[in-house]
Amino acid sequence: MIKVKDLTKYYNNFLALDKINFEISKGEIVGLLGPNGAGKTTTLRLLTGYLKPTSGSIEVKGYNIKDNYLKIKSIIGYLPESVPIYKNLMVYEYLTYVGTIRRIDKKQLLAKIKSVIDRCKIKDIIEKDIGDLSKGLLQRVGLASVLLHDPEVLILDEPTTGLDPNQILEIRDLIKEIGKKKTVILSSHILSEVEATCSRIIIINKGKIVADGTPTELKEKYFDKTIIKLLLKKAKFYEVKSYFQNIEDIVSINLIEEKDDLIDLELVLKKDIREKIYNIIKQKEWIILEFSKKKTSLEKIFKQITTEN
Amino acid sequence: MQRILAICFKDLKDYFYSPIAYIIISIFILVTGWFFFSTFFIINQASLRDFFELLPFTLSFIVPAITMRSFSEEFNIGSYEILVTFPVKLNDIILGKFLALCCFMFFMLIPTIFFPLSISLIGKLDWGPVICGYIGAFLLGISYVSIGIFSSSLTKNQINSFIIGALICILLSLIDKLLLFMPESFVNFFNYLSSNFHFQNFSKGVFDLRDVIYFFSIIFVFLYATNISLSYRK
Repeated sequence: MIKVKDLTKYYNNFLALDKINFEISKGEIVGLLGPNGAGKTTTLRLLTGYLKPTSGSIEVKGYNIKDNYLKIKSIIGYLPESVPIYKNLMVYEYLTYVGTIRRIDKKQLLAKIKSVIDRCKIKDIIEKDIGDLSKGLLQRVGLASVLLHDPEVLILDEPTTGLDPNQILEIRDLIKEIGKKKTVILSSHILSEVEATCSRIIIINKGKIVADGTPTELKEKYFDKTIIKLLLKKAKFYEVKSYFQNIEDIVSINLIEEKDDLIDLELVLKKDIREKIYNIIKQKEWIILEFSKKKTSLEKIFKQITTEN
Repeated sequence: MQRILAICFKDLKDYFYSPIAYIIISIFILVTGWFFFSTFFIINQASLRDFFELLPFTLSFIVPAITMRSFSEEFNIGSYEILVTFPVKLNDIILGKFLALCCFMFFMLIPTIFFPLSISLIGKLDWGPVICGYIGAFLLGISYVSIGIFSSSLTKNQINSFIIGALICILLSLIDKLLLFMPESFVNFFNYLSSNFHFQNFSKGVFDLRDVIYFFSIIFVFLYATNISLSYRK
């Protein structure tokens, strides 16, 4: 559906995107993830034709954006961050405006408006001024306006920023439902967001793609190590260290805190060798207060790969 | 065409839903009416010469005050991003906005018909120059509109856009007054550039195609410049 090749964007001398490559097939919900200023919005703006790439190519449904930008714009529905729509129009006026500008047939327009109003649950507010709406309602009106022409690709920039938890859940459900039939690309700097809605995650940092895959793939690829948290009594750190140092599968031993005869440790293991560790501790007669395997989360992966570069 | 009209109607709605439109129209009528009638009875002639005499200057301030919104506001609230990601050509957007402001110009001139109507009650008014003058005023107005659109495409700050637009308009209106300071060989050239020079032909009742061409070339040049300035934003 979407092919991006060597996409590069300079703002004057600032390199915002550095030779990005990815492909998105039909029906995927892709989350573009990255810290602030990583190049998420730039990528989306290039895809929608708002910005022109410095070099590289974008193809949507086989059309090149240079030659067929009007065609591509009619395939895509794009909602920028914070839903910048005209504050002094009423909701139905805005929807009619979008419909006319998108050249929807007048006979179909009313039916289409009705259908998006139902889908986005904004029936009660269609006669309100857009400027009077709350953030969540505004987001839904925005979504309704981009769904109006039945786009095959939906591009949403930070669709849940500024919403309260209930609204976030509602918008997520809506996006998931839309994603059943359409290709959706959304950007976010919140991981749980992307994890909850997307089937695939592309992590961008400093204008480069640093990771690409399904949430589980990413977990396996970037976090194959096991971390054990240990809280021991009647033990000294140097003693513990000397015993554990010789075990091959332990990558590192990190002391978190040492206080009197209490030590708090973190062991990074290549393999899960908890039994072996237990046996050593038992043998030395240290007292175990805590012995647990730390869960690896995408949050960690995200932090790891966006800070190490 | 449908898209141009859609943008045009949306912009018109936008202008007339906000109080600014009415405030500006009222100011326009008040200012022109005041300057016109304050000397009208002293001169004691049933003509609109004085009204048309000052029009280039009043419009130099009034028009940029209306047009400053057109692109600057879109940049400022970010709706420009949505607008250009619709399947519309840049020229369609510019034409739509231009058309909306032309309509606005038209609505702004309509109430001033009150001036010639009231004069015709108390004196014998020659309607020829008046009609010709109104055609000229409309052309002058929409050529200033194109300047205003251009200046608002440069910045997202409406005040800056107003100042730039007003400066260009004032320069065009004043250039023929500055001819004294210019070398002789340039006089004709600068006189031709002056909007006041061309407009005054209309107000005298002289309908010359060259003046029409002048105003349309101003419109073309500035709308084209708008296109360049907007393309540069990418």
